Amino acid sequence: MEILVCVRRVPDTAENEIELNRAGNDIERDDLVYSINEWDNYAVEEALQIVAKAGGNVTVVTIGSDEDEEVLRREMAMGANQGVLITDDAFNGSDGKGLATILKAFVQKGKYDLILTGVQAEDGSAQVGGMLASLLDYPFASLVNSIEVLDGKKLKISREIAGGNREMNEIDLPCVLSIQTGINEPRYVGMRGIRQVASLEIPTYGASDLGIDEGLVGVGAAKVQRSDYFVPALGKGAEMLHGSREENIENLIGLLKAKGGLK
Amino acid sequence: MLEGIPSAAQATYWSIPGPVLFSIIAFLGLACFAYIVARRLAPLLRGERDIRFDRPLLRLERVFKYWLGQWKHPRFRTAGTMHILIFAGFLILAFQAFSLLILGISGDVVLSRFSETAGHLYGPVKDYAATVVFLFMVIAATRRIVFRPARYEVPAKFGKGHKADAIFLLALIATLMASEGLIEASKVALQAQRGQSVEFLAVLSLPWLMKNALSAVSQPTLWNLYRGAYLVDVLTFYFLLCYRPFGIQFHVETSLFNVYFAKLDRGTVKPVKWGLDAAQLDQVKSVGVKTFEDFTWKHMLDFYSCADCGRCSDQCPANAVGRPLSPRFLTTKARDYSFQHYPIVGASGNGTPLIGSIYSEDEIWSCTTCGACEEECPLLIEYIDKIVDLRRGMVDDGNVPKSLQKPLKALESRGNPYGKMEKKRAEWTKAPDFQKTCNVPVLNGSTSEDTLYFVDSITSYDDRMQSIGRATAKILDHVGTNFGILGAAEKDSGHEVRRFGEETLFMALRDDNVEAIKASGVERIVTADPHAYNALKHDYKDVPPVEHISQFIAREVKTGKIKFNPVEDAEKVYAYHDPCYLGRHNQVYDDPRDVLDAIPGLKRVEMTRSRDRALCCGGGGLMLFYEPKEEQRIGVLRAKMAAEAGANVIVTACPFCMVNMEDAIKVAGLEGKMTAIDLTELVDQQIARGSVSTVATSEQSAETIQEPAPV
Amino acid sequence: MARIFAYIEHKGGVADDSAAELAAAARKIDPAASPTAIVTGWGADLDTVCNSLKASYTEVWKIANEALAYPNGELVRKALAKVVPHGSLVLVAHDHFGVDLAPGLAIKLDAAFVSDAVAIEGLDGAFLKVVRQEFGGQMSTHVRCDISSGAVINVRPGSFKPIDSAPVNGAVTDKSPEVGVLTSGRRYVGTVVADAGDVDISKETVLVSIGRGIQEKDNVAIAEELADAMGAAVSCSRPVVDAKWLEKSRQVGSSGQTVKPKVYMACGISGSFQHLAGLKGNPFIVAINKNPKAPIFQVADVGIVDDLLEFLPELTSKIRELK
Repeated sequence: MEILVCVRRVPDTAENEIELNRAGNDIERDDLVYSINEWDNYAVEEALQIVAKAGGNVTVVTIGSDEDEEVLRREMAMGANQGVLITDDAFNGSDGKGLATILKAFVQKGKYDLILTGVQAEDGSAQVGGMLASLLDYPFASLVNSIEVLDGKKLKISREIAGGNREMNEIDLPCVLSIQTGINEPRYVGMRGIRQVASLEIPTYGASDLGIDEGLVGVGAAKVQRSDYFVPALGKGAEMLHGSREENIENLIGLLKAKGGLK
Repeated sequence: MLEGIPSAAQATYWSIPGPVLFSIIAFLGLACFAYIVARRLAPLLRGERDIRFDRPLLRLERVFKYWLGQWKHPRFRTAGTMHILIFAGFLILAFQAFSLLILGISGDVVLSRFSETAGHLYGPVKDYAATVVFLFMVIAATRRIVFRPARYEVPAKFGKGHKADAIFLLALIATLMASEGLIEASKVALQAQRGQSVEFLAVLSLPWLMKNALSAVSQPTLWNLYRGAYLVDVLTFYFLLCYRPFGIQFHVETSLFNVYFAKLDRGTVKPVKWGLDAAQLDQVKSVGVKTFEDFTWKHMLDFYSCADCGRCSDQCPANAVGRPLSPRFLTTKARDYSFQHYPIVGASGNGTPLIGSIYSEDEIWSCTTCGACEEECPLLIEYIDKIVDLRRGMVDDGNVPKSLQKPLKALESRGNPYGKMEKKRAEWTKAPDFQKTCNVPVLNGSTSEDTLYFVDSITSYDDRMQSIGRATAKILDHVGTNFGILGAAEKDSGHEVRRFGEETLFMALRDDNVEAIKASGVERIVTADPHAYNALKHDYKDVPPVEHISQFIAREVKTGKIKFNPVEDAEKVYAYHDPCYLGRHNQVYDDPRDVLDAIPGLKRVEMTRSRDRALCCGGGGLMLFYEPKEEQRIGVLRAKMAAEAGANVIVTACPFCMVNMEDAIKVAGLEGKMTAIDLTELVDQQIARGSVSTVATSEQSAETIQEPAPV
Repeated sequence: MARIFAYIEHKGGVADDSAAELAAAARKIDPAASPTAIVTGWGADLDTVCNSLKASYTEVWKIANEALAYPNGELVRKALAKVVPHGSLVLVAHDHFGVDLAPGLAIKLDAAFVSDAVAIEGLDGAFLKVVRQEFGGQMSTHVRCDISSGAVINVRPGSFKPIDSAPVNGAVTDKSPEVGVLTSGRRYVGTVVADAGDVDISKETVLVSIGRGIQEKDNVAIAEELADAMGAAVSCSRPVVDAKWLEKSRQVGSSGQTVKPKVYMACGISGSFQHLAGLKGNPFIVAINKNPKAPIFQVADVGIVDDLLEFLPELTSKIRELK
């Protein structure tokens, strides 16, 4: 099975302090450490597990610049057969549809049975997978938390829905799935593994290589654009108890009694 | 040959002449043994390289101490004494055995050829030796069969028990002793009946008792007994010789070599592969131990040499709390595996993965690397290197528990397991009250500072442990040390990173630190973190000499630069807890105790397990992130020990011990009855300021005496 | 002004709470707007829902199709693409269904797509100004969306307070004939219900809920002690389940249980919207967290900045003393 996983390099969620920069128009990016988007990592692990059983190859692709190569290499160290970097100045500022358009062009250059994305990335939009499927006219399923290969033509998948329940679906190949965290336990990628892939070839593709009409991508075509970042003025919020611990406990017990919290 | 009674070796056995029969038996026996040993050596030849031939004189010295001198055995008083006596008995009887088998005559007779006295001395000695050995065989067998001590049991998950084998061996050795006794006894009885001069048998020894029992037996019977005993003796000897390599008794042969080749350098970890440098390491296809053949030949020899005594597991903290790890079984399972896959008869098997078959992942991750097992083992079997190698294999396969992946990733990106920003590593020096009294510069290569205080990650970032950093800085400052820290340039020492199998990441951290240390231009390093201490001392090369703050303080107490105010609270009873990487691995036991004893009025008690028998607190570094399956926390056992010793304050000298002890005190329900304090915090609290010794330099200004904060 | 549609999810003949929220969101786009509810489904339940919506929506488009008896996002998308006029604005709840339906729907309608809107600030010419969050809620952002060719907007549940307004007398329009036969490469097979576990937290009136701040499995006992003293049950947020410290049945959130307690103790919970999405009704929320900037303090009624590992045991013993 040929699997393509679309990945993204994002500021690491655990190892950074996200703060507004001095100009107030972006987050403070000095001192940020980046890593692969957590959801995408689960997707790559899932792809690796599928080909381990069913045979095939895993390709990881990202849209960005040279800096983004490091996540491709990390996933290759994890076991992905090939990494691909799609880069072109014309792509800068693309919105979700722009990114999906670019990926669509890449997908159509190859022959993939299964395309995986993470459910969402750092901006929480959760859109590229669904848009890509729609542009390709492939069936789509989001929030996938288990995959079973039924045969070369279809999969049995489950989607995460409310209440911890799972919605079971059958889906035809080729299809696009967005993968939810917790679907598996991603293997560890050691530093040695990363060193071993440090000099492997990563092909790059630009707009002309993929035959993309530049009018459809980039900041010019983006219908949705971010104006700024801000930290919302804190509303009324909670009534904060500022006393000593004993005082707070006493206060709290009083409130709990009044609200029926103590039986 | 004595007059009258021919040597049993010369007699005839069912019309086969003795010399022929016994030559055949000897030849078959020795050939068999040689073949078996060769087959046992087979996997060792496939094993990885191990450098064990250096420093021969030191190795010989250790053979004398640990093998001949049985140095570690008395640590278990009863069993140890028993073993020393059995071992001594075996050595004494070895000469007898060879004389009897090769020459057909008794050892004391051989000796008397050279020296009357020697012969006369050897006779009774060997008789008593045989008696003692026989007696202990009976005692041991009785213990096994009747009393069945729980510690010999083998839980199902650890493989099968070896009880039948043990009893069989005890019986065989007893048979050997009995048959040798019978040879002597029957011969002497025969001599007595014939009126010939009687060989001396030591009074109340086994042969003596037997001789008396035989006094009324007829001569032909005695003659048959004599020859029969000899035949049994020879057959039993060769049978034992060939049987020993099939079980724990192989340690009789291998112990000498195992001790000779044992590891010489405490606190170190073996390289991934001996003879490979860092650059080559990246090219190698696989690292770590994944299959049996990935072990070094010496580690395989360890498996052969284990006597299954279980002393390692008795001391193991992980085992004590019900984690899946028991060092004893780590070894016996590997031995069983090697016997199964490299049989004496049949084809050798090749590498099946060990993790998932004989070992479980949790078993290998459970080890805190405290070294108690290695400290205890009378055969000097090594464990830590094996566990590190197994972890290296798992890391190489990407098989790392989720709880450890996060801190490892953070170490890679941020140089500390918490993922905190590098630029905040020195924030602890900026605590308002502290900053006023003590300036801690970040070294930048200016040559004025000669001492580096290596803080390491937990002391830098953890809210609670930062006070250890501040206390240490104040102590250094008090005696006028010209010191600084590396600040944002400091990375985690990588001590646990290495011991958890991520060698490449460790090397990256180490190289960065070495570069920063060299750039700082310091001449010596001080640290309050025993893990950093061990790393800088053993894992790092080309760095200035390092000492632990307890050693520093002890020295300054002796020179008089540090004086203490008396303890204020008379109710406080202090127990010092030896951190594994300060105590057992580096044998710094006295300095911290000397420091405590120098504080006037400080009442100190020792816990039952202290110094090299100290119970690990539960582990530090990455071990704090791992979620083991256990029945209770290791630290809780230790806190209870302190309470049992009559203490209400545990003094630690390691931030990780502090984390575990404070946690354990809560979990054990000892809050209010027990507190924990770091040595540096206690020293900082008790230092007499303003009474600095007259050695003060002109730069030091008079300081006011500060009220020590009560503990 | 383009037509505004609100896609209404429903179950068992009852419209989802988001129905009222979407109406409120539509008013934020255009105060004069009269959004059209659009509902898909099959059978009596669908009719019941459509009738109930007549009180709050002036027009209700009903799409009845047997293939839509179970809301399969792929099929719903095809149906909507057939009936929604080009250039319209379509509002959908940002939940497990909306995430599945909306991005692809935006492509099919050739419209812009805005995901997970937490606030709508109104129109600026052909641009709609929306507020979103990024980095797991740590940062907010203003977004401008060109709606000249329409837009699909996913609205975060609980972000738009339903407006109390006089009931309208809406009409149901049957759009089913325009849809035709629906097929898809994805077929619904069934739903696997999560294990009930030993406690049904959705029925509890007082909950002691723990998050990542509990730090390790052994500390869960601290919460259990407090729950015991309060006569409450223990629940948690997703990280605690991911770490396997509590079973899934204890999870409160959009991918866990929905709970309606009277009192909710949020201990060491940061307050991510996915967690809060599981908290319905109007509980009295007490937040205890070491981090004074934790988003939970925005939604809590009472907040205490303290280390829960120390605070909870003391609270527990104080409560026990009083008994």
